Amino acid sequence: MSLTLFIAQLLNGLQFGVLLFLLAAGLTLVFGIMSFINLAHGSLYMVGAYAAAVAGAKTGSFAVAVAAALIAGVAVGALLERLAASRLYRRDHLDHVLATFGLVMFFNELARMIWGPQPIFISLPESLSGTVALLGFSYPSYRFLIIATGLAVAMASQWLIRRTRWGMLIRAGSSNPDMVSTLGVNIGLLNAGLFTLGAALAALAGAMAAPILSVQSGMGDGVLITTLVVIVIGGIGSVAGAFCASLLVGVVDTMGRSYLTLLLREVADRDVANAAGPALASMLVYLLMAIVLAWRPQGLFPATGRPS
Amino acid sequence: MKKIHSVLVAAACGLWIGAAHADIKVGFTAPLSGPAGAIGQDQYDGFMLAIERLQGRLGGQSAAVLKEDDQLKPEVGLQAARKLIEKEKVDVLVGLGYTNVFMAMAPLVTQSGVVAIGTNAGPQAVAGAGCKANIFAMTGQNDGPSEAMGMYAQQKRYDRTFLLAPNYQAGKEMLAGFKRHYKGSVADEVYPPLNQSDFSAEIAQIQAARPDALFIFLPGGMGINFIKQMKQAGLLGRVPVMSVFTVDGTTLPALKQQAEGVLAGAMWDAASDGKEAAEFKQAFAARYKRIPSLYAAVGYDAGNLLNVAIARLNGNVSDKVAFAAAVKAAGSEFRSVRGAFRFNTNNMPVQDYHVYQVVKAGTDVTMAQVATPVKAHPDSYHAQCSLK
Repeated sequence: MSLTLFIAQLLNGLQFGVLLFLLAAGLTLVFGIMSFINLAHGSLYMVGAYAAAVAGAKTGSFAVAVAAALIAGVAVGALLERLAASRLYRRDHLDHVLATFGLVMFFNELARMIWGPQPIFISLPESLSGTVALLGFSYPSYRFLIIATGLAVAMASQWLIRRTRWGMLIRAGSSNPDMVSTLGVNIGLLNAGLFTLGAALAALAGAMAAPILSVQSGMGDGVLITTLVVIVIGGIGSVAGAFCASLLVGVVDTMGRSYLTLLLREVADRDVANAAGPALASMLVYLLMAIVLAWRPQGLFPATGRPS
Repeated sequence: MKKIHSVLVAAACGLWIGAAHADIKVGFTAPLSGPAGAIGQDQYDGFMLAIERLQGRLGGQSAAVLKEDDQLKPEVGLQAARKLIEKEKVDVLVGLGYTNVFMAMAPLVTQSGVVAIGTNAGPQAVAGAGCKANIFAMTGQNDGPSEAMGMYAQQKRYDRTFLLAPNYQAGKEMLAGFKRHYKGSVADEVYPPLNQSDFSAEIAQIQAARPDALFIFLPGGMGINFIKQMKQAGLLGRVPVMSVFTVDGTTLPALKQQAEGVLAGAMWDAASDGKEAAEFKQAFAARYKRIPSLYAAVGYDAGNLLNVAIARLNGNVSDKVAFAAAVKAAGSEFRSVRGAFRFNTNNMPVQDYHVYQVVKAGTDVTMAQVATPVKAHPDSYHAQCSLK
C-alpha cells in the first residue's frame, strides 16, 4: 500500500465528494428551507448531463456544453417550481415524495423517448484530456477541474449565505419561514429563486459528470440516494454541513472500495475477503450514516434553531 | 366500480383475442431499460428479425411475442416470468436476462417445465449438476469467452494480469473461467458493485499494481465508463486490455476511437465471416439501421432454433418434454450465424470462441478477428450434468 496510491485515492474521494456537494447543496436548501422533498433533483442532474452532451456534440466546445447545462437547469428548474413544486409546499411530505417520484419516472421516460435507451457520449476537449504526473502517478487533469469547480462553488455559496442579504433571508428562512414571511419578505419569490439555484447546481454536476460517465436515462437515480445520505449526515438545511458531509462520504466510499478488501485479506482467507470486502464497501456510507445519526441525530452541522 | 369492471372485461377480451390469433406464444424477458437496456433491446431485435424473416411464423405456426422488462432486477424478472408462464401460459420463454435474473427465474421455470432459452446468460448452476432438460443457454456457458481469453493470455505470455469484474455471480464466474487456463500470476482481482459508474478507485489500483495485462468483464454502460476513464487516465495503450462482454456491438458505437486496441473474447461479432453471418448482418442493418451486436446474433439464432424445433414437432408444442427434446436436437440442425453449433448434454452450446480487437478503420473503428484460441469448445461443467 504505497503512499502515492493513497494520495491518488484521496483525490478520487475528493473529486467524488465535490460532485456530491454540487447535488447536495441545492437539495439541502430546498429541503431545509422549504421543507420540500425533491426526489426529482436527480432528474435535474440528468437534464444537465443531456444538455451538455447535446450541446457538446453540436459545437465541440466544453464551455458551451457547461453553459447549455446551466441554462437547461435554470429553465427546467424554474418550470418545475412553477408548475409542480410551488403547488406542493403546503402539503404533506408524503405528497412531495409521491409527486416527485412520479416526476422522476416522467423525466426518465422522456429521456428514453428522445434519446433512446443507449447511453450517449460527450468527449473531452483536447486541452483537458491529458493527465497530470503526480509522484509517479498519472491523474486525469479533467478530474482536477471537477475538484476546482466544486471548491469554487462551495466558496461562492459560503459567501452568498454569510455575506449577502439574500443569504441572510435564506438562513432566516431555514430557522423560521413563517417569521420571515411575516416580516414582509416575498417568500414565494425566495423559494422560486432557491429552487432554481439548486436546479442549476444539479445541472452543473450533471455537466461535469457527463464526460466521465455515460449519459443515459435514469443516471440520476443512484446518485440521488447517496446525495440524500449526504444531507442527512450533514444536517438538513445546512450548506456547510452538506459540504463537509459530501467530502466525508466521497472519501469514505472511495477508501472503502479500494482498501476494505485488502484489509480483510490481512485477517481472513483471500476468497472470503474477496467476497465480503466489496459487499461491505458498498454498505459503508450507510454504516457511516447510522453512526453519525446515533451520535448526532440532527446531523453533523444542523441549521441552527430549526424547529424540530 | 362498474367502470373499473368494464375496463377489466375489455382488457381480458383484448388479451383473449390477442392470444387466440397465435398458435405459438413466446414470452420474452430481458433488461430493456437502464444501463443494460441496449443489451436487452439487441436480443429482442435479433429475435424479432428472425421471426419477421420467417413471415411471423415459427415452425409454420403463427407466433405472438409478449415482451417484459426485467429491469436487471431478479425480483422483477421473476414476476415477469411468473406472469408469462402462469397467466399468459406461454409455450416458450426466451431471454431470461443477466445471470442473477436467470437464477431467480430458474426454479419457477424448472417447476413449470416450460421450455426456456436464455439469450444472454449461461450460469454455472444450470450447466453442472443443476442442469435441467427444459433450460437452454443460447449464448454459451458464462465461462466460455473468458476461458478462451485465459488461453490467449497464456499464448501471449502475460506474466501478471489484473482482473476486474462486477460483484455478482457472473462476475465471479468470468474471472474463475479466465484463471482456469491461465498459468501466470494474478496481480489482483477487484469486484466493484454491479452498475457502478465511476472507476477512479479501481483505476488507481491498476496503476499502482503495474500489471502486464488487464482482464475485464464490465457489461453495458459499466464498460463504456471504464474504457473512457482508462483512456482519460492515460492507461489505455500502455496496458493490454482483454475483455469479455464489454467492448462489443452495443458499446463500440459510444466508445469509438477510445476503445482502439482493446481485445474482446466472444463467440460472435459482426466481424465474423460466413454466409449466415453475412446474411444476418445485411438484414439487421437494413431493418434497424445499425450493426448487430453478439446479443442480436444470439436473439436471431434463438428464433431460427425455435423455428426448426417447432417444425420437427409439426407445430404441436403441447408436450413440454418432447418440445425440449426437439429444441436440443434442433441445436445441431438450424443454421447458426456462428457457424458450427450444437447443444452439449447439459443444454449449453459447443462452439468456437474468438478473440477480436478494436482497430482503426478510416475515421471510425471496427472489430477485427485476431485469434481463435479454442474450437468446438465444451464448457467445464457438462460432466457433472446427469442429462443425456
